[in-house]
Amino acid sequence: MKRFIGFVTKEFYHIFRDRRSLFILFGMPIVQILLFGFAITNEINNVDIAILDHSNDAITKEIINKISASKYFSIIQLIEREDDIESVFKKGNVKAVLNFEQDFSKNLIKERQATVQILTDATDPNTANTISNYVNSILKKYQQEQNKAITINYVIVSEPRMVYNPELKSVYMFVPGVMTIILMLVSAMMTSISITREKELGTMEILLVSPIKPFQVIVGKVFPYIFLSVINAIIIVLLSIFIFKMPVQGSLILLAFESILFIVSALALGILISTISATQQTAMMISLMGLMLPVILLSGFIFPISSMPIPLQFISHAIPAKWFIIILKGIMLKGVGLEFIWKETLILIGMTVLFMGISVKKYKIRLE
Amino acid sequence: MNSNKVIQVKGLTKMFGDFTAVNAITFAVEKGEIFGFLGANGAGKTTAMKMLIGISNPTSGSAHVAGFDVFTQAEDIKKNIGYMSQKFALYDDLTVKENITFFGGIYGLSKLKIKEKTKEMIDDLGLEDVANQLVGALPLGWKQKISFSVALLHEPKIVFLDEPTGGVDPITRRQFWEMIYRAAHQGTTIFVTTHYMDEAEYCDRVSIMVSGKIEALDTPKKLKEQFQVTSMNDVFLKLARG
Amino acid sequence: MLPIIFVLPLLQLIILSNAATFEVKNIKFAYIDNDHSKSSRVLIEKFGASTYFNVLTAFPTQKLASSAMLKGEVDVVLEIPSHFERDLLKEKKGTLGVTINAIDGAAAGVENVYVSQIIQNYNKHIKTDLMQFSESQIQPVDIATIPLFWYNETLNYKTFMVPGILVLLVTMITLFLSGMNIVREKEIGTLEQINVTPIKKSQFIIGKLFPFWLIGMGILTVGLLIAKFVFGVPLIGSLLLMYIYTAIYILVVLGIGLFISNYTDTQQQAMFIAWFFTVIFILMSGLFTPIESMPKWAQILTEFNPIKYFVEVMRMVMLKGSGFMDILPQLIKTLLYAIIMNGLAVWSYKKTT
Repeated sequence: MKRFIGFVTKEFYHIFRDRRSLFILFGMPIVQILLFGFAITNEINNVDIAILDHSNDAITKEIINKISASKYFSIIQLIEREDDIESVFKKGNVKAVLNFEQDFSKNLIKERQATVQILTDATDPNTANTISNYVNSILKKYQQEQNKAITINYVIVSEPRMVYNPELKSVYMFVPGVMTIILMLVSAMMTSISITREKELGTMEILLVSPIKPFQVIVGKVFPYIFLSVINAIIIVLLSIFIFKMPVQGSLILLAFESILFIVSALALGILISTISATQQTAMMISLMGLMLPVILLSGFIFPISSMPIPLQFISHAIPAKWFIIILKGIMLKGVGLEFIWKETLILIGMTVLFMGISVKKYKIRLE
Repeated sequence: MNSNKVIQVKGLTKMFGDFTAVNAITFAVEKGEIFGFLGANGAGKTTAMKMLIGISNPTSGSAHVAGFDVFTQAEDIKKNIGYMSQKFALYDDLTVKENITFFGGIYGLSKLKIKEKTKEMIDDLGLEDVANQLVGALPLGWKQKISFSVALLHEPKIVFLDEPTGGVDPITRRQFWEMIYRAAHQGTTIFVTTHYMDEAEYCDRVSIMVSGKIEALDTPKKLKEQFQVTSMNDVFLKLARG
Repeated sequence: MLPIIFVLPLLQLIILSNAATFEVKNIKFAYIDNDHSKSSRVLIEKFGASTYFNVLTAFPTQKLASSAMLKGEVDVVLEIPSHFERDLLKEKKGTLGVTINAIDGAAAGVENVYVSQIIQNYNKHIKTDLMQFSESQIQPVDIATIPLFWYNETLNYKTFMVPGILVLLVTMITLFLSGMNIVREKEIGTLEQINVTPIKKSQFIIGKLFPFWLIGMGILTVGLLIAKFVFGVPLIGSLLLMYIYTAIYILVVLGIGLFISNYTDTQQQAMFIAWFFTVIFILMSGLFTPIESMPKWAQILTEFNPIKYFVEVMRMVMLKGSGFMDILPQLIKTLLYAIIMNGLAVWSYKKTT
């Protein structure tokens, strides 16, 4: 035990001597969570659109006004000819063009029917589809107003109740994700680097020749990082509560316990990476290149996992971040207790044990 | 077992796949002896040493270090040996004192003992001014001397030195060997690998490895007589060129 | 190391391009039918027939449904009140309770639209079925909308994601390698050796960075082949233009990497900084979430994001066939960026050694 404390003390010296890393370590999450919390949203608003109005009369003007009044769109350009559509799309700032047919109003009044084309730049299919739907609903609303006198209202209405996030804030979605990414990468990167660093500098050999056990070396290396990551997690949670008004419906103690569990599993993954890489460079390439995109894309952070192809849904099970995001949302937004997330918790524990087990095995092989 | 023999090696072999890095070497080292372990790069001396200090498993043969079997009692060996590698592995971002405290700690020395030893080392090496400086800022020669003292911190029976004097000036090397003599005089066995043939002359006995085998083993004087040359350098050249 | 540089990114391109879809489908749907009438069954069947919903189970009580939603087993719960059919026939109206898990606000919005669409449909059905329309009235007006999706008629997400992910991979590899490179030599001590040789700083830097530039171009090439032959992404625009732009773009990234490398003492510091910027660059590039929806200040920040320009250019040239003049603004900004970053990098290198 005395040996262990001495080892941990030494690790803290390493960490506190490197002021820059320490600054980055704590500064980075704060900057990122603030930036992303405020800036990132998967809602669509302020989309720049252009209008091609062949009819150019009172009714089309009214419709155009309605569209520009909505928060979704800002009309930045009026174009004259069909040929110009192609060129505005190619320049890339205009995402959609509304094309009112010739004699739009005349047709609407006389024939009771008129046509608008909604041309969207579908290189971004998500935005294109949403724009199309939004324009459509604005037009339908206008149409309904015109028809108020003649049609009967729908008989059945639905009363939607948006639970867990009544205001549909996208920050509720992104804060748990950003927290997960930060904890995952920082923890995995830090351990894998600090262990390979000793290998590269030759001090690992000295440690192996000493009576201190490899197991103690690894736990000793990881221990200070648990401490640092927990501080990081606390900062992030405080920011999300006080700046972004995220609720914590569930138990804070459970949240703390689950966060520590996730941190430990990320650290274990870091250890595993360090056992299979000889240099810091390799360790970092694996932890950055190998973890960054899968964690962002396959964790359910941005993209819904249930919409992915089945094989990918399967792969996503292997991403610890996915389970932690479920747990975080469960505790913070749904206010559930352990009885609802025991499965995810067990999976994280299982993964941690697995990473540790493989590391210990690999570590011994290296001594051959 | 002869209690005076602190290292006993019989037919020790290490294979990496088909490649025989160390080929059935046999030798013994007496207590308090300075034993030189020579060989060209790639002759297998570092591999042989790693088996003796318990961080590499031998393929076959037997070896006892400080009376313990390298196959089954590696952990006991570790408590009784000191080791200094060619990379002078102190932590650059720790001060001299912190390094001493750390290594004392992992060898299980008591706080009091560490304090005592730290003072002793600082006095011996004249480190008063730099004791609280980061090791990274010190000249190489100092680092080596501190590194050696740290390897002796827990008063091991045997110290293994892996090319300890690479890259330092002759004066520092001289001082370094004086430290080695002092340690040997106090009964510590020294097992040293080196490239410098003048250093080989300082050893009590020398073994020379060529392609995984020990080709010669004796005192420097007898080796020179045997090969009818005037310096260890010539002995080495004769052997290495076959 | 080589497998990490080449295999890892390309494997990710192939796998992860499939992951990125905002489409909301396979919605886990459950219902509570308190009415057990013909009308309620017809309504539920309508949900069953929709491709968006996976009708899972019926729950006897609201409590059980809530608990399933807490567990994450259900996304949308429809509650049909008792006497639903009776009220419908008598009073010609009814109210349905719909509970939606709204943690992902955007998805919840879409789910609500789908639910309302089905209910509207059902309305039409009962209108014609149960009621008689008065024919005498004037016909209602109808604005027909014709949505046209240019460049990607089928709204294929892979077409959208493949160029974007390729951009990220090229950026990450070149940034991490260059960011670590010089600081690694510093840490190991070989940089001193090089500084005493008569090699010129500029030669040294070019010699260091050229291999990474090549690796970046190599990944682009293999990535484009994968895009074309694995994903069938159309490459409409000029390949030459894409290569010219990428050649300049990689210089920006290498400049940033070098700059980081010069200002750090250890590989660990270099990687932390590189990581910090990469995450910001990725999430604020407009690749996953639209830039237009960000607040103004954030949109201004994205002007300094090289990945944003690369993503734009790749999508414009690859998918829309934009020409030289169309991407000129991006090209000029990137070129300026490259000159500034490399200038800073070379200048700081002189200062620190």
